[in-house]
Amino acid sequence: MDFQVITDNFNFLMLQGFVGFGSFAGGTLRLAVPAIVLGFLLGTMIGLARLARSRWLSIPAKIYVEFFRGVPLVMVIFWFWFIIPTLLGRSLPEYGVALTAFVVFEAAYLAEIIRAGIQSVPRGQVEAATATGLTRASLMRHIILPQAVRNMIPALVTQFIVLLKDTSLASIIGYVDLTKAAQIVNNREIRPFELYLFIAVVYWLCSYAMSSYARRWERAAG
Amino acid sequence: MNYQFDWSVLWSGQTGAWLWHGFLVTLELSALGWLVAVALGVVSGALRTVPLAPLRWLAAAYVEFFRNVPLLVWMFFWYFGMPPLLPAGLREWLLDHSAEFWAGVCALGVYHGARFSEVIRSGIHSIPKTQLEAALSTGLTMLQAYRLVLIPIALRLIVPPTTNETLNLVKNSSVALTIGVAEITFQTRQIETYTARAFEALAAGTLIYLALCLAIATLMGRVERRVAIPGMIARGHSGEA
Repeated sequence: MDFQVITDNFNFLMLQGFVGFGSFAGGTLRLAVPAIVLGFLLGTMIGLARLARSRWLSIPAKIYVEFFRGVPLVMVIFWFWFIIPTLLGRSLPEYGVALTAFVVFEAAYLAEIIRAGIQSVPRGQVEAATATGLTRASLMRHIILPQAVRNMIPALVTQFIVLLKDTSLASIIGYVDLTKAAQIVNNREIRPFELYLFIAVVYWLCSYAMSSYARRWERAAG
Repeated sequence: MNYQFDWSVLWSGQTGAWLWHGFLVTLELSALGWLVAVALGVVSGALRTVPLAPLRWLAAAYVEFFRNVPLLVWMFFWYFGMPPLLPAGLREWLLDHSAEFWAGVCALGVYHGARFSEVIRSGIHSIPKTQLEAALSTGLTMLQAYRLVLIPIALRLIVPPTTNETLNLVKNSSVALTIGVAEITFQTRQIETYTARAFEALAAGTLIYLALCLAIATLMGRVERRVAIPGMIARGHSGEA
């Protein structure tokens, strides 16, 4: 074992692969952070649509969630990779394809978490708020969502960690994230054990940081 | 969009056979991975609840490390990283006997084992403490109490989250295409490469996964009804891929 390969290629692995500064379109964080934000927005809309009174909203939302939860992410990435060029008549960069695939896919999982969170708010709260004369929109914004978000935090953070780990799959369409960067270095140096162990530790540190931060936050909010 | 659909590519020539073969490989890979995962999950999940701290730490270290690293990285690790460390004879043998398949089984089994572990642990925690006390007071040793009382009850309680995890495992078996295991997603890409019919190939692969997931969910639903213990359900933990 020889960990020299890590120190020699540290800048490429971390700056290019992990953060996304460099000559390639890439970066685990550059993909994961917008995917989390946009996926959360789309997931909130779909989660709310599932709870809507109108069937025209709730049934399509249910189909969306059930469909994407029954298909592997790898498959979804390939759809966008092959089908967007056919639809648009031109190809999209890897970053656009990967980001679209992650937002669309993760939104289905996030929607379920958001729906469960909203349903966990006691019925009496809704009735009391309605009785004081709040409209449905302000009931959602001022009464339900603040309580629901608190209940969702553990599941949301778990899902964000899943998303961060899933971004490694963007490497299969050539996006230079941390995993792809390790592959590129490995092709030159042939040090698979050291390199893959190193990126495993990097992913682990991120997940660990996220989950322990969430635990602290939960206790503070609790 | 002016795309001419031609669904016949799915059954003409070799493509039908490719899809069928891919389906079988997905089933084999998932089934073997599932066995490894459940075995590791039961052992490590049970160890996380025993009253002996070093064993708990060991199990917790396994779960925390393997669960928090992407499956893809584990695939690469087992396929590229492990073989150079093995004795030469075993390495040669593996390379002749589809090493990528076994690396895939290891990666799926160890990664999902860590996730099953959490399910089992929550199952054991949801059993009233009196069960263990009663088991010990009848003269069973701790090992017997786990083997004969706690684990059998826990396994019956955790069918719903296990269904979820099983579906995740089947879907995650698609990641094995990155190390060259010829499962459904791999075959779907192969059809796309040979026929340039992306839409049809991906639709076929997608439908196979949906059907497979539906079949497993239905089957597990039956199992759940059969083994349910009236008045007891496992709390917490489920969801997420």
